[in-house]
Amino acid sequence: MRVKESLQPTLMPRRRFVQGLIAGGVLAACPSIIYAASSITTGNAGNVTELSGNVIDLVIGESLVNFTGVVRTATTINGSIPAPTLRLKEGDDVTIRVTNNLKVPSSIHWHGIILPYQMDGVPGISFKGIMPGDTFVYKFKLQQSGTYWYHSHSGFQEMTGMYGALIIEPREQDIISADNEFVIQLSDWTDENPMDVFRKLKVQGDTYNFNQPTVPEFFDDVASSGVANALQRREMWNKMRMNPTDLADLSASTMTFLMNGSTPMANWRGLFKRGEKLRLRFINGSSNSFFDVRIPELKLTVVEADGQNVEPVTVDEFRFGPGETYDVIVEPKNDAYTIFAQSMDRSGYAKGTLSVTTSLDAPVPALDPVEWLTMTDMMGNMSHGNEHGSMSGMSGNAMEKGAMKHGGMAMDHSAMSMDHSMHNMSGNPLAVPSNEVRHAKTEYGASVDMRVDMPRTNLDDPGIGLRNNGRRVLTLADLRSLDGIADHQEPEAEIELHLTGNMERYSWSFDGLEFGKSTPVHMKHNQRLRVILQNDTMMTHPMHLHGMWSDLENDQGEVMVRRHTIPVQPAQRISFLTTPHDVGRWAWHCHLLFHMDAGMFREVVVS
Amino acid sequence: MYHEKKILVNALNTVFFVGLSLASQHTLAESNMAKMSGNEMQAQGGDAPKNARDPHAYSAGTTLTQGPYAFKGGERLTLADEHRFYALLGDRFEYNEQTDAAVFDLQAWYGTTFNRLVIKSEGDISDGKLEENQTDILWGHAISAYWDAQVGIRSDYAKDGKNRQWLAVGLQGLAPYWFELDMTAYLGEKGYSAFTLEAEYELLLTQKLIVQPRAEITLYGKDDEENELGSGLSSSAIGLRLRYEFTCQFAPYVGVEWKNSYGQTADYARLRGERSNQTEFVTGVKFWF
Repeated sequence: MRVKESLQPTLMPRRRFVQGLIAGGVLAACPSIIYAASSITTGNAGNVTELSGNVIDLVIGESLVNFTGVVRTATTINGSIPAPTLRLKEGDDVTIRVTNNLKVPSSIHWHGIILPYQMDGVPGISFKGIMPGDTFVYKFKLQQSGTYWYHSHSGFQEMTGMYGALIIEPREQDIISADNEFVIQLSDWTDENPMDVFRKLKVQGDTYNFNQPTVPEFFDDVASSGVANALQRREMWNKMRMNPTDLADLSASTMTFLMNGSTPMANWRGLFKRGEKLRLRFINGSSNSFFDVRIPELKLTVVEADGQNVEPVTVDEFRFGPGETYDVIVEPKNDAYTIFAQSMDRSGYAKGTLSVTTSLDAPVPALDPVEWLTMTDMMGNMSHGNEHGSMSGMSGNAMEKGAMKHGGMAMDHSAMSMDHSMHNMSGNPLAVPSNEVRHAKTEYGASVDMRVDMPRTNLDDPGIGLRNNGRRVLTLADLRSLDGIADHQEPEAEIELHLTGNMERYSWSFDGLEFGKSTPVHMKHNQRLRVILQNDTMMTHPMHLHGMWSDLENDQGEVMVRRHTIPVQPAQRISFLTTPHDVGRWAWHCHLLFHMDAGMFREVVVS
Repeated sequence: MYHEKKILVNALNTVFFVGLSLASQHTLAESNMAKMSGNEMQAQGGDAPKNARDPHAYSAGTTLTQGPYAFKGGERLTLADEHRFYALLGDRFEYNEQTDAAVFDLQAWYGTTFNRLVIKSEGDISDGKLEENQTDILWGHAISAYWDAQVGIRSDYAKDGKNRQWLAVGLQGLAPYWFELDMTAYLGEKGYSAFTLEAEYELLLTQKLIVQPRAEITLYGKDDEENELGSGLSSSAIGLRLRYEFTCQFAPYVGVEWKNSYGQTADYARLRGERSNQTEFVTGVKFWF
């Protein structure tokens, strides 16, 4: 077996780290129980096993874990959470043999990797899955470099532990230089059976929301802003039966947030030497959680998004959803820092420490307060300026700018078409994405609880809870692919799909049609295509298209950044260009696992 | 037979009238919204315009199982939208001090997101014996984002009266401003007809301490001497329950309920030596799993 457990000299820095102890001193009380990733990789504590080479063997099985004080069964790859980090080389032909020791079929999907569809690992679409006892051999050539990840695409196995980092070193010298690096994989864990959790949401969509508006809050509002304002602030929400605190379906009331498989108590630690420049490879490998990540007192220079190099942009904080990755460069001056990743609904956080010795810790910030969604999140542009109650918290920032910039366009059809023609110098009617909202006829039924008629198209909104927080927060508008995007070709076709849902019924879909009722989206082989995604819900959906890149553009048709997973904010309309170079059937879905499983999923045919 | 049809039509009309008035309130809400923005828009419900997009327009004739590269080696992917789920909801499961009786109000469903078998059962138990019970067995079909239409049968048991069977047609769902409504029209044998409406609301004092106002009214199409029920508005119950959600699935409560009977039903009560209005205290538990 050519599998190496991070024994290469180049990986030495990683092996030096020895973590002191795991919270509660429960380490290895029973060797078969994973308390945190570090507890099973003895000799390499604090970090996940690393595998490299051209041939990799992975074994899917069950492991006992204890993250919260109770022992549960997890589905794991090579017995660890996260799964081993695969460190591969661009240009290599790799063979990855995956053996399934579970009693149920399983699979592994290589997230963001360009490969033949038969190797993509989506059961029932690209292959039949890996049956119990079977070994499936994945073979593909690595045509890219950067930070990626891999995970099960079967049922809720990803949620119960099957995810790991996939690092592809560039063939040539890496243009990103750093003295040392850490993979920081964020995830979430529930002690409940995920199917039970899902069923509870089916019965009651707000089961895990403990930030609901209350009566005392209403009276506080009355006291501070008067009855009329207090009522007005609630009017639209109540009328429409929408919850302004519906920020996440699953909160810390069932989730424990993990950093590299460690609970906040276990405190994953990365040790650095004074003066070192560090590359942090952040991967959101969670099932259902958006994280807002920052390292207080340390600037983050974002150099890679979804494995693709971007023009460096320095920020204090970034938000990312399941499936997304960001590489950041940091230059620590202090001896210890807290890596703080609060969940979008502010119910909890994952955390770890960067420090020069094992005994040093930095303060842990408090969770930010919960903010209500705004009218902008519900209705896009139309709300601009007419909801002072809920808008007051966000005036004068990027949001406002965005709404102003595009407001006129959405409001006035003649102005809109003029805008269109002015940008249409090339003669291609598709030079600029269409901004005419076209709802599907299936959006008028029981599966859809709202539609947005005047979406916002600005990309410079950090999103709910991050607006005007006093920190410089990364937005999609900040991202520019470094070398430009190879394929400058203008689109030859345009399609529009809407992201839809019904929180009361806990149903999620594209165009109001859940997966089972849908037909595939056909894309012509090698034809440049524009895809418009409009979010007709109040949640942010990280949309992941398998098998091809999603080149995000702005509303003027300027291509910005190459992604594999694009977060689409509430009431937002975005577009991306894609060139499907590889034929076959591909999956396209919201990477919030429960939204995907509820039906926000389309099959794509490239032929 | 003709008479029964007429009553059925009336009962249906009642349901539709209430439904329509909800819908119109809804429309009104949205027209206000449209006025606010100065634009024609409807963010919820409504009918698809003629030029609405065809959600299958991009399929080029392919389906999940047909067309180029369609997966053949086994079952196609199925997700939770094609699974069936279930729930058992105990809305009221309580002890009533005045009547020294236990009251239960349970609902269960099994099915998909949009089509479900729904069973509702409500009754009183006193001295360990079932006094009264009303059980509805319905097929529920989602007709809009927040509303299910339900059709089926209802079976009544009355220890001291006459058991009756009914056909049922109703609407259950969530009205604007978060009112949970459940209304059903019934058509029984011999021209009996009935209509019930239940409404619930929730006020959160904290995330776990919740006040639930509840109202219920019952109407009958004609006098039912055997069960001592009069025609027209027959009875109402208005309650307030304060519960503490240890989990959202288990919440004990205390409550008070004001019950009134009207018209002939009130007369029957007085003949039995009972009052036509009562204030009752209850303790119980709300649960679901």
